[in-house]
Amino acid sequence: MELLGLYHYWVFAILLMTGLYAVIAKLNLFKKLIGLSLFQAAVFLLYITMGKVDGGTAPIFSGAADAVFSNPLPQVLILTAIVVGISTTALGLGIVVRIKEEYGSIEEDEIQEIDRQ
Amino acid sequence: MFGIFLLTLVLITGVAIVRTDNLFVAVMLMGIASLLIAVNFFILDAADVALTEAAVGAGISTVLFLSALALTSERERSKSARRVLSFTVVVVAALVLIYATFDKPRFGDPQAPVQTHVAPWYLENTPTYIDIPNVVTAVLASFRGYDTLGEVFVVFTAGIGVLFLLGGGTTPGRLAQEKGNEGLRHYLIPRVVGRFLIPFILLFGLYVQFHGEYGPGGGFQAGAIVTAAIVLFALIEGEGRALAVLPQRWLLGLMAAGPLIYGAVGIAGIVMGGNFLDYSPLSSDPVTGQHLGILLIEIGVGVTVTGVLLSIFHAFAARGR
Amino acid sequence: MNGLGPHLPALQVVVPMLVAPLVVLLRPRGLAWAASTAASVLAFVVAIELMLQVLGAGPVGYLMGSWPAPYGIELRVDALSALLLLVVTGASTLALVGGRESLDTQIEADRQPYFYAAWLLALSGLSGILVAADAFNIFVFMEISSLASYVLIAGGPDRRALPSVFKYLIMGTIGATFYLIGVGLIYMMTGTLNLADMELRIHAVGDLDPILVAAGFITVGLALKAAIFPLHVWLPNAYTYAPHMATAFLAACSTKVSLYILLRFDFFVFQGNLEGHDLQFAIYLMPLAVLGILVGSAVAMFEKNVKRLLAFSSVAQIGYMMLGASLVSVAGLTAGILHIFNHALAKGALFLAVASFAMVAAGLRLDDLSGIARRMPWTFAAFMVAGLSLIGIPGTAGFVSKWYLIVAAMELGPAGVPLVAVILISSLMAVVYIWRIVEVACFSRPEQESAPAITVSPLMIAVTWVAALANIYFGLVPELPLALASDAAAELLRHLP
Repeated sequence: MELLGLYHYWVFAILLMTGLYAVIAKLNLFKKLIGLSLFQAAVFLLYITMGKVDGGTAPIFSGAADAVFSNPLPQVLILTAIVVGISTTALGLGIVVRIKEEYGSIEEDEIQEIDRQ
Repeated sequence: MFGIFLLTLVLITGVAIVRTDNLFVAVMLMGIASLLIAVNFFILDAADVALTEAAVGAGISTVLFLSALALTSERERSKSARRVLSFTVVVVAALVLIYATFDKPRFGDPQAPVQTHVAPWYLENTPTYIDIPNVVTAVLASFRGYDTLGEVFVVFTAGIGVLFLLGGGTTPGRLAQEKGNEGLRHYLIPRVVGRFLIPFILLFGLYVQFHGEYGPGGGFQAGAIVTAAIVLFALIEGEGRALAVLPQRWLLGLMAAGPLIYGAVGIAGIVMGGNFLDYSPLSSDPVTGQHLGILLIEIGVGVTVTGVLLSIFHAFAARGR
Repeated sequence: MNGLGPHLPALQVVVPMLVAPLVVLLRPRGLAWAASTAASVLAFVVAIELMLQVLGAGPVGYLMGSWPAPYGIELRVDALSALLLLVVTGASTLALVGGRESLDTQIEADRQPYFYAAWLLALSGLSGILVAADAFNIFVFMEISSLASYVLIAGGPDRRALPSVFKYLIMGTIGATFYLIGVGLIYMMTGTLNLADMELRIHAVGDLDPILVAAGFITVGLALKAAIFPLHVWLPNAYTYAPHMATAFLAACSTKVSLYILLRFDFFVFQGNLEGHDLQFAIYLMPLAVLGILVGSAVAMFEKNVKRLLAFSSVAQIGYMMLGASLVSVAGLTAGILHIFNHALAKGALFLAVASFAMVAAGLRLDDLSGIARRMPWTFAAFMVAGLSLIGIPGTAGFVSKWYLIVAAMELGPAGVPLVAVILISSLMAVVYIWRIVEVACFSRPEQESAPAITVSPLMIAVTWVAALANIYFGLVPELPLALASDAAAELLRHLP
């Protein structure tokens, strides 16, 4: 299924760029973090897509003799990456909350304005 | 075909997230997108990853975002800046990536380079060396256990970071007496249903923790699920009660104990004559040693994740006072 | 130590890593600092041991979990890793030993255990990157060190640290994710994550386009983390508003480790496989290096805040390192790598001195430092020595690496003359910005003759002097870092076709 395969990669590219756009173009710090999460989720999709094998199943032995398995390694890597991603997000959220307390705003332009004074 | 449908939904959700200016809506849409991606992972034969993405990405992540949102503003105020430049950069980069995909191996091809070399070795040798059905756990916990150690420490770093920034929360006594901190106790239905569900969620968490070698599961997912149960308790019964059950000091202890357990298993490997994180010498039979090692480090992982995620949740929840 | 000898690469990472959770539990005052300093000293000792092993017998390997590579994760310490390990552990130890009071004034006592634990995690994260031989392993430890650095920087009492660290977090995470995309593309085409293995298997790949795209993503991602112009924008604010001792530690080593990954990936994996890659490296990175040198030095000349001045100077120094690397020659690489070591000595000493100034002066704008040379003669003298090293005066460490850089540029023949001009002009700019500080400190009268009775402890002065004297020592006796740097350069170039 040529189209299905390429479609997965295109979705990855578009989702990646949607997230990246939110991160660089939006001024609201919260939105930037959400964009960052989206950006990272796209990368997860890339890795898992490349691990799929036609007619395969999850790499868990179930006693079936001729089972074909999909690749376990990308799954391991993405398990790690998901956890790393949420750790970064949690820390980012902590920083945003502190910024709100100190500056009263979470919009980048307003914060720069306050700092200029 | 279902996969294409789901992916298209994800794209639409992604664009909606960028365009909405109500942050609450954006967080909810992010949760939906995560869930759709998790289902997609399941279709792509990544059962463990689907469970993790659902529990961590759609579940805990949404909780954290909402907790932080409660402390900041709900609407995005300004318009975007540098719109044209950002859009151009992003479109160019997307085109470069799409161009690169034309040369990529066909989707699902069993002969693709990525399916050769290392992956078949894991599938062939797991029964011999480690003898557990879930190959993903075998790779995660043993073959590439050092990466997982690093991952546990990433979680730990995030935990101490949030505690450093937001403080460790106040004593439970004070919180319990505060007005308006009674959770949802006055709402009967959430309270009854929640109370009914919490023990099952906890039990499921424990099941996932110890069943990770035989099916999808493991320390990370278990930690997220147990956290969800306690967060539900906190929502229903109020922060104060939740902190009385599991005080901040204990959470800090859990946070520190988890990585130490993992590290101790690694050092035990050296002491028993192997390299760091070698589980085979832990018992007279190498395979039993592997089982023991995997069991212990998964406990370390689960303990760390529970401690950290709960500490972070409490730190956010307590800040609003 | 003998029984532990073969385990040193693992211990380099594991010792600070496992002490961190212990530190978090240490409530009594000062205990967190003591435990962290002890762990850092141990790490430094291990780094010295490893360096001796590498100089004696060549690269040291280690298999995590005793699984064979590429199925398990392999560690590999060679000359380049050893040199950088010395820089990282040395900077951490010096900053911790001398930094107790400075940190006591800037971070509340009940938050200190978290801060010190984050410091140890940053140390172990950076060490983990330096000993790694597996691409994904590098990613994991890169994120440990990044997250820990964010915590360190956010600890500053100035609230401007917060938006600065947020910007760093965003840019750093984009960088790490780009790196991950690149690694994913390479994995897709080769099926392995082990660097040595990758190098071999790319030979067999038919379509090199995804590899090229991967190289692009990895380079951009690491350039974000290494603060290579024009992606350096997060650095000045982050370094300025961080606690002073954290700046001393991070400025000496954190961006250099990202540079290390770039060099290792590029030379080990790409140079041998992508045709004309060495030219591409030169064409894309050399102009950016030159711009970084010129823009960094120029902005520093006009900066009013001492820390931000030195931070922009760091952007310029990273430019020197990239310039050396982009020449893709033995002399160029030796110069660039040597400069990593020498810059750490100079910048580390400068920021240590600035931390002392901050404890006595009202602030860190140039005006606040009026007359500080009279009030703190010893510290200021150390500052001057380090400043001379930064400029590159003969007799200091900075001179050695700049000399090698000029020699390497001259090897290009007539084409090298503009590069030599850039190096000389930027050194003159360094004279200007160092002189501005010296002038205010020596020749200005402070507005109020208020002399608070705060004096800096002898320990802090001693530590600052150790760093300053190291500049002179390695300027006169550069054999050790030179040997490591040239070994490293040879090792990197060995992979070229």
